[in-house]
Amino acid sequence: MNSYFERKYVIQGIILIIALTIVARLFYLQVIDDSYLLSANNNVLRKVIEYPARGVILDRNGKILVQNEPVYDLMVIPRETRNIDTALLCRLIGIDKEGFDKRIKKAREHSPYRASIFEKLIPKETFAVLQEHMDKFNGFYTVDRNIRTYPDSIAAQFLGYIQEVNDKDIERSNGFYRSGDYIGASGVERSYEELLRGTRGVKNQMVDALNRPQGSFMDGKYDTLAIAGEGLISSLDKELQILAEKLMKNKLGSVVAIEPSTGEILTYVSSPSYNPNLMVGRERGNNYMEMLYDPYKPMFNRPIQASYPPGSVFKVVAALTAQQAGIINPQTIFHCPGGYRYGRNAIMRCTHVDGPTDLVKSIQKSCNTYYGYVYAQMLDSRGMPTHKAYDLWRDGLLKFGLGNPLGIDLPGEKGGNVFPSEYYTKHFGSDKWTSSYNISQSIGQGQLGITPLQMANIMAIVANRGYYYRPHLIKGIGEKKIVKKEFTEKIWAGVDAKHYEPVIEGMSRAVSSGTATASRIPGIEMCGKTGTVQNPHGENHAVFFAFAPRDNPKIAIAVFVENAGYGGTWAAPIASMLIEKYIRDTVSLPKYVQDRILNASILPKVKTTEKKPEVREKKDSTDKSKAANNKAQTAFYQDNKKRELLVHHSQVR
Amino acid sequence: MHNDKKGFLGRIDWLTICLWLILCLIGWFNIHAAVYDPENPGLFSMATNYGKQSIYIFTAIIIGFSILIIDQRFFISASPFIYVVVVLLLVAVLIVGRNVGGNQAWIPLGSFRLQPSEFGKLATCLLLAYFLNTQTNKNPSLKGLAIGACIVLFPVFLVMLQPDTGSALAFFSLIFVFYREGYVGTKLLILGGFAILLFVLALLVNQWILIGIIAAVCLVFIFLLGKKRKYLIDMGVIFAVASVYVLSVDFAYDNILQSHQRNRIDVILGKMDDPKGEGYNLNQSKIAIGSGKLLGKGYLQGTQTKYNFVPEQSTDFIFCTVGEEWGFVGSIFLIGIYVFLLFRIIHIAERQRTTFARVYAYGVASILFFHFFINIGMTIGIVPVIGIPLPFISYGGSSLWSFTILLFILLKFDSARKGLSPN
Repeated sequence: MNSYFERKYVIQGIILIIALTIVARLFYLQVIDDSYLLSANNNVLRKVIEYPARGVILDRNGKILVQNEPVYDLMVIPRETRNIDTALLCRLIGIDKEGFDKRIKKAREHSPYRASIFEKLIPKETFAVLQEHMDKFNGFYTVDRNIRTYPDSIAAQFLGYIQEVNDKDIERSNGFYRSGDYIGASGVERSYEELLRGTRGVKNQMVDALNRPQGSFMDGKYDTLAIAGEGLISSLDKELQILAEKLMKNKLGSVVAIEPSTGEILTYVSSPSYNPNLMVGRERGNNYMEMLYDPYKPMFNRPIQASYPPGSVFKVVAALTAQQAGIINPQTIFHCPGGYRYGRNAIMRCTHVDGPTDLVKSIQKSCNTYYGYVYAQMLDSRGMPTHKAYDLWRDGLLKFGLGNPLGIDLPGEKGGNVFPSEYYTKHFGSDKWTSSYNISQSIGQGQLGITPLQMANIMAIVANRGYYYRPHLIKGIGEKKIVKKEFTEKIWAGVDAKHYEPVIEGMSRAVSSGTATASRIPGIEMCGKTGTVQNPHGENHAVFFAFAPRDNPKIAIAVFVENAGYGGTWAAPIASMLIEKYIRDTVSLPKYVQDRILNASILPKVKTTEKKPEVREKKDSTDKSKAANNKAQTAFYQDNKKRELLVHHSQVR
Repeated sequence: MHNDKKGFLGRIDWLTICLWLILCLIGWFNIHAAVYDPENPGLFSMATNYGKQSIYIFTAIIIGFSILIIDQRFFISASPFIYVVVVLLLVAVLIVGRNVGGNQAWIPLGSFRLQPSEFGKLATCLLLAYFLNTQTNKNPSLKGLAIGACIVLFPVFLVMLQPDTGSALAFFSLIFVFYREGYVGTKLLILGGFAILLFVLALLVNQWILIGIIAAVCLVFIFLLGKKRKYLIDMGVIFAVASVYVLSVDFAYDNILQSHQRNRIDVILGKMDDPKGEGYNLNQSKIAIGSGKLLGKGYLQGTQTKYNFVPEQSTDFIFCTVGEEWGFVGSIFLIGIYVFLLFRIIHIAERQRTTFARVYAYGVASILFFHFFINIGMTIGIVPVIGIPLPFISYGGSSLWSFTILLFILLKFDSARKGLSPN
């Protein structure tokens, strides 16, 4: 027996060799190779981004202008979708079977094991129904998101909108933003993006093999909390804004009202406006394209981006700067024979014959002749070449906040247009030009370009008798209501306080017995100036700017209505109503005047055929298309002669 | 003899029982870790796998000690009967069995499921011991080998019908028994080793290149041994057999193996990289074990097992939990215990006076060794994924009881070896 005893050692040897092989392999897996630890963490850890709530924006009285509303993204993990009621799901979120298959296919291409977005931004009403049935949809779950919501649907251009970041945004932010994040794209949303967006939090979530959350990693040691964005208090008065938008409905133009003592903007209307709620949610893309191709350009931020010749309201600036330059004083009298003759056959007509006109009367009656003389003397009689005198004149304008952006807290502000003397020297081929070469600038026509915001700011300067605060829309940041430093700085407009009284007196009379008498407010002394801007392309623009009350002014306002005709007819009543509303919270203008404004539609006709393609036309063809556009507009105005006549009837100078 | 003064308990090999108990407890703790739900740590619950396993361990202890009380002669004389019963069960399972995961391997018994193939190993070991015992005074003969092989291959055939390839392969480990008893020569064992090597190579390397290499190796041998006629013929035969073998492996691989078996082999051999499909189990298993590093993540801290990344983690892939939570050190400890147990069983085998007991002991060692090697080997990617449990550690009543019975019958023979005549 036992003759093969020694074979025991062979068997033991084999066992040992196998055991050592296993140990060697384990040594390699567990001690040498680090990649498995990494894979294990990749398996288990999901960095879940916690999105902070975006800052809320309030009006000056603490009423909400924009807030957040919960919406839900429906996520899907394709591999886990089994036996789901496809028809029910489609019905609940409003898609068809085809759309369902498309989404699933896309998600599966992304990853069958990981979650993909199935449907974005489901409103809470839909979610409420969906949630009741979620147990029937294996592999689907919802994620909370926020969207912006605007309770009163106002102040669209001021508030701006947010949109998903694009590749450029991500690049610019050095990786702060990630695909799918939202960023302020216009308005306050954009200019205060860094404050509003808040700080993202990261949760290190552990998940199991089915990607189900399983508690936090290391008890949240490496987690960071999401910090909500700062709230902003805007300077806007919500009630005033609502009224202003109502009044500007179906008109092109702007309303800007400023509190002179602070530079806070009380009302900011760009018309036509749009409902800001259209720029969020699932239909955003379609709405956006529609607005982009809207011929009236609702996305165009008129108060800061539209530059117009100011028209007669410019006379206020001319009067002030000329006094400061010592060209005129309140007693200076020019004779008005019904126009200013600046060449042998060239006359700049007044709308009337004023006879001997002093400073106060020149403002009250808006005398073109007077300012023709003022401009001529400013440029031609100062013992220096005209172009040098012109630059002095221009300096005065720049100090009044013209020609450059004022620095409002909105993106895209334009500076308007006040050409330097070099422009004319080059244009006329020599520096031997005189005031008569660009005399139309004397009354705010010609090449001058001023934004509605700058107009309102001029009024703030006059109301303050010599200085302004940079107009701004956000008066307080966060809980501490911090005001940006640049908005607390008093800026001198370059004209001594004593020169303002005659001008203010003229503006007061313009309202009480001048060009804007129909807009008087009983009991409130409003000082204003009308303007009717000649528009070579069509109907004149109506302008009115004013401040009130005369002493201790509370509000300075500029109203600009494109293609409306006389300033006194269209712009002044709007300003009057808004001023009274703000100061007294009531409107006492006769009902029929209110209704006339509210119901008027002063939109120029646009041929539908010119809508889309021409937006993207080449530069060299724009002149042609402009010409075509003008023709169309002229035709439109001829059709509307009737309306124009009406305007003439009600016109009060 | 002074040994006779020892009582019944004194003659039991307590060392083996200790090793057995340690393995059972390691199993129990790791099953707990594998099914541990961090959201509901809860208390001890009979509803969970580790709760059930505690019952299985408890009953296993009772079964084990009951076996120690039974007269060893019962097992010897009942061997043919047990074999017949198990064979009937293996046939029955094909008819009334419940299909779990593609294998018709379970007979439902109330709330409990019986896996006859687990007991097949025990019955085969017993009958093989019984048969070889009858050959004690004869020289190992080809006829003996043939009958022995039939005893082993008959249940293999039935198990393959389920089909449960893993359990069937375990029977082949009994080749060590034939080797130890002299029915199989060392050369044959080496030949078997070469056959496995060639098999792997045949799958990895193009068959014609491989045949070329074999030819080259044969020529080198002829050159070294001298060009005698005898060697020339030998080498010619070896070359011919090896070439046919390589070709038939390829044929068998493509035509006989099922696709999932082929895939598993491909994954192991690195021919297929599919961490989400066929390779998922293996990849996740390696991640779990590899992430344990030197000292492991600690008890109940293994994220991969805790969050169910590893499939079958309380049964076939239980070693992942060990590797992840106890690290390299813990794994070495477990392997150490196993090797110690196997060596102890061989030691016990060699001190038996009867061929029956020795053959049976080697049978036990062979089967435990096969399970140990294949199970751990598959979790770390050195053998294909074959679904067999790690004895005493993996969750499951059938498995634990059958291995316990297997081991304790051996301990019974050992404790009673003085009373058995060496024939």
